[in-house]
Amino acid sequence: MRGASQPTKWVACAVAVVLAASATACGGGNGAGGDGILSSSWGDPQNPLEPANTNEVQGGKVLDMIFRGLKRYDPETGEAKDMVAERIDTSDSQNFTVTLKEGWTFSNGEKVTAKSFVDAWNYAAHLDSKQNNAPFFADIVGYEDVHPEAGSPKSKTMRGLVVKDERTFTVALTDKFSTWPETLGYQAFMPLPQAFFADRAAWLDKPVGNGPYTIEAYTKGSEMRLRRWDGYQGPDKAQNAGVDLRVYTDNNTAYQDLISGNLDLVDDVPAQQLKNVEGDLGDRYINQPALIIQTLFFPFYRPEWSKPGMEKVRVGLSKAINREQITRQIFQGTRTPAKDWTSPALGEQGGYSDICGDACVFDAAEAKRLIEEGGGLPGGRITLTSNVDTGSHRQWMDAVCNSVNNVLGRGPVCTVNPVGTFADFRNQVSNARVTGPFRSGWQADYPLIQNFLEPLYYTGASSNYGKFSNQRFDALVDRANAEADEAAAVKLFQDAERILADQMPAIPLWYQNGSAGYSERLSEVKLNQFSVPVYEAIKVG
Amino acid sequence: MGRYLVRRLLQMIPVFIGTTLLIFLMVYALGDPVAALFGDKAPDPATAARIRADLHLDEPLWKQYVLYMGAIFQGDFGTAFNGQPVTELMASAFPVTLRLTVVAVVIEIVVGITLGVVSGLKRGRPLDTGLLVLTLVVISVPTFVSGYLLQFLLGVKWGWISPSVSSEARFDELLLPGVVLALVSLAYVTRLSRTSIAENLRADYVRTAVAKGLPRRRVITRHLLRNSLIPVVTFIGADVGALMGGAIVTERIFNIHGVGYQLYQGILRNNSPTVVGFVTILVIVFLVANLLVDLLYAVLDPRIRYA
Repeated sequence: MRGASQPTKWVACAVAVVLAASATACGGGNGAGGDGILSSSWGDPQNPLEPANTNEVQGGKVLDMIFRGLKRYDPETGEAKDMVAERIDTSDSQNFTVTLKEGWTFSNGEKVTAKSFVDAWNYAAHLDSKQNNAPFFADIVGYEDVHPEAGSPKSKTMRGLVVKDERTFTVALTDKFSTWPETLGYQAFMPLPQAFFADRAAWLDKPVGNGPYTIEAYTKGSEMRLRRWDGYQGPDKAQNAGVDLRVYTDNNTAYQDLISGNLDLVDDVPAQQLKNVEGDLGDRYINQPALIIQTLFFPFYRPEWSKPGMEKVRVGLSKAINREQITRQIFQGTRTPAKDWTSPALGEQGGYSDICGDACVFDAAEAKRLIEEGGGLPGGRITLTSNVDTGSHRQWMDAVCNSVNNVLGRGPVCTVNPVGTFADFRNQVSNARVTGPFRSGWQADYPLIQNFLEPLYYTGASSNYGKFSNQRFDALVDRANAEADEAAAVKLFQDAERILADQMPAIPLWYQNGSAGYSERLSEVKLNQFSVPVYEAIKVG
Repeated sequence: MGRYLVRRLLQMIPVFIGTTLLIFLMVYALGDPVAALFGDKAPDPATAARIRADLHLDEPLWKQYVLYMGAIFQGDFGTAFNGQPVTELMASAFPVTLRLTVVAVVIEIVVGITLGVVSGLKRGRPLDTGLLVLTLVVISVPTFVSGYLLQFLLGVKWGWISPSVSSEARFDELLLPGVVLALVSLAYVTRLSRTSIAENLRADYVRTAVAKGLPRRRVITRHLLRNSLIPVVTFIGADVGALMGGAIVTERIFNIHGVGYQLYQGILRNNSPTVVGFVTILVIVFLVANLLVDLLYAVLDPRIRYA
């Protein structure tokens, strides 16, 4: 009730008292927290807050505040920098020795040791733990013993993980994977204290980590209060006294709270407010590319889309989409037209480059020619599929269809198949039930070009929903993974990406930007590559 | 009365089983909830299979339903995917929505009936016409429009209240959401009681009461109002359940973490234990509210007897 004029407040309270027939607390407000504490919007995490069970932004946000892993991605450059790790040595890109820094502890006083990592990883990979991120450990020798494809696990631990002493452990991978150490900033690889294994339920009620914040109070589904941990030894101490994360069901309400001074930080500006945001917030509005790309995947499991010659049609369709216009009119510039299959957030060095080239540029005449040369649309028509419960998916699909219909000039040959919920959509996609091009949103787990290509387009890869398969592509990815020199590896990945430009298994649509707005109390607000605010850097007052 | 009560309670059983089965089938028809757990990534087959087995999703549908109902009668409503028992979610959500409903119903009764009585007594006058037009407008404006509008005006523009409700959801914070939630029903209550009052105004017993020389206030409250309330009570009774379930929009606008919020999350994430559990409780609320309404008839009008 910040800013409520006194008389109104009294009236409100009087009525409330009558209604309740009991004294209600009419004193305190629920305004922005004082004393260097900021309040921020939050969404209910989808799964319990375990490092290896969290694969979405909202839970990841908290884990990033209360945990530090071996590596951490620099919020500005995305570079994986040593955090708890002192060094990670390898001579063959396959066997690694990890040495930890001295002096790291969990906020409950336990030391962060080699065992904290090895136990956490063995737990994460074990089938009985039912962790969503278990496949992240599939590269480690012995994964199939703890996580068999069928039947019960044969072992509690993976052979490839060995504790040498308190500060050292070794990791053996099944294949060469030169950039493997750089994946270790991902939250699935965080260490866990023994307190977790002693009493998991209690730990989940109030997770304990080794990061710059500790959890003071957690009311599931509504609020989490995080406070600066003064015992934190890392280089990135919190610059504020704490963060109150408040769950909002509707990001529009969070935005209203922000502009009426009831909330300090919103990290998702709702689409319908984008017109007003400059006027409301001025330079307190952030809009920058994140590691997210939206694509239209083709179903290669359908013969009509995978037969030879169809690549012309696929490229033609890509050229028939007016990305500039759609991102400007529907997304008000919060999406950037795609020029490759990665993200500008990777940077030139990380492998972002204009590889799609002409195939991603709108050209009506050329598009029409290519589609006709390739034999036309299968059955003369296409249907685009996506869930429509979030993200203005319906609007852009309509726009893409309009674009295609205008180019072909043969009436409404492109139609939209809207799926009601994300869950249902995921279901249809993973069971290969979609018959036409379908949306695929990809948020990278770590800022590596590898993560944008291998899981999506490698033969049989975990998220290759279109069942795309190309031997040359696979070979180049294998070579890139084995390449010890980072720059050379990126080059090889880019060579692989050029095959995508020829074959067009998925049309790159646009990169999704992170958007955030904040109150006048805050300064130094930045978003990292995952479009999550860098909370520890924010200054209050 | 006793026998009537028992009969009514027994009738509730098939209704209860039928509704829960329907809800169960509908949520099941939404598809496999496990795929959605993994976000944009493909589910790991072994992990997904293990989760399915734990949730009995690999059993035939009838068996899932039987297992589910069996657990419910032991007070176990299952576990939501975020690891919380559904009963815990209920314990946090129902009191909040109940408070919101109480606020809405009180507003509905006090304002709605008052306006209805005034309007009915002044039938055909400008005041009555004005109220009729006003209620028509209110009925035709959807809740999300009035909700966002009032939130913007009172919360953002004038700053009288906070645009969202805190996690404690105190009564004073729930006033505006209560008004928004009550608005449409309030218009119906006004119109119902207006018609009823206007009709009964010409009844014999009112004329007799006036002829006896009773004070006008007593004629209206004791004779006219009491008899005119029966349709209104029926409506309000049924409305209690509707308000609790229909709070989805209002709770979303004002960020209230009640039943509507949990149901919304449950549907979005295809979380069958949450949805079926909450709806089951709502079904019970509906049934009990209807029973209470029927029992109230006898109090309001002694001519109504239960065999």
